[in-house]
Amino acid sequence: MPTPAGTLYRGREGMWSWVAHRVTGVLIFFFLLVHVLDTALVRVSPEAYNAVIGTYQTPIMGLGEAGLVAAIVFHAFNGIRIVLVDFWAKGPKYHKAMLWVVVGLFVVTMAGFLPRHLGNVFGGGH
Amino acid sequence: MTTQSTIPTPRSPYARRKTTRGNYELYSWIFMRASGVVLLVLIFGHLWINLMVGDGVHAIDFGFVAGKWASPFWQIWDLLMLWLAMIHGTNGVRTIVNDYAQRDTTRLVLKGLLYLAFTIVVVLGTLVIFTFNPCPPDAPANLLPSICSTI
Repeated sequence: MPTPAGTLYRGREGMWSWVAHRVTGVLIFFFLLVHVLDTALVRVSPEAYNAVIGTYQTPIMGLGEAGLVAAIVFHAFNGIRIVLVDFWAKGPKYHKAMLWVVVGLFVVTMAGFLPRHLGNVFGGGH
Repeated sequence: MTTQSTIPTPRSPYARRKTTRGNYELYSWIFMRASGVVLLVLIFGHLWINLMVGDGVHAIDFGFVAGKWASPFWQIWDLLMLWLAMIHGTNGVRTIVNDYAQRDTTRLVLKGLLYLAFTIVVVLGTLVIFTFNPCPPDAPANLLPSICSTI
């Protein structure tokens, strides 16, 4: 395997999963700040909460929400992988294989979530 | 052989240099893993109830939230999720700021803003969960959860 020049990082599964974990983590954190603030409107009045949550139920926000869930699902499964790398004796040996398990579980979970969610978002309903 | 008594015994245990910092980073590292596993359960449950069951995101309105928080089960679920997620997320962003913000002032300002946001969101969220009234007396009945009509 050729070593990339000029960087301490080696690329490949280990580094890219680490980068993806950081990026998804930051995204989720900023969503969380907004999410607590909008939910706090239930304390103001039912009308105020319904008005704001209504703007969250548009197709564009629905797509954003699908992205948010994708970030959460990856962060969750890769987090379990990190715990296994740290605490399971064979974790470091299988860390690459475990990333592909994470990717597989991610695809299966999103395949279950997306049709249901996008059906709710674009299927009209209300 | 008598001179040997001045040489430290080779079997004396290696003494790691004592730091004054304590084990803060160790506990933070353990917390990230422990809270992460709990958060997986809490957040997947949250997403399942709010997005997968029934009409999903379209069903969310005041009546939906009030109906959930009328039960202590969801109050405690959401309170635990709020605290664990905020500590987990703040600690993660703290690590990232420490890694990339090289100037002392930048680091100080970013972490100051981070801890300010943490305090506001956690205090506000906790107050809302505990002082929330699912059946506000002056609100139109059609916006309220079904439990309000039976009281």
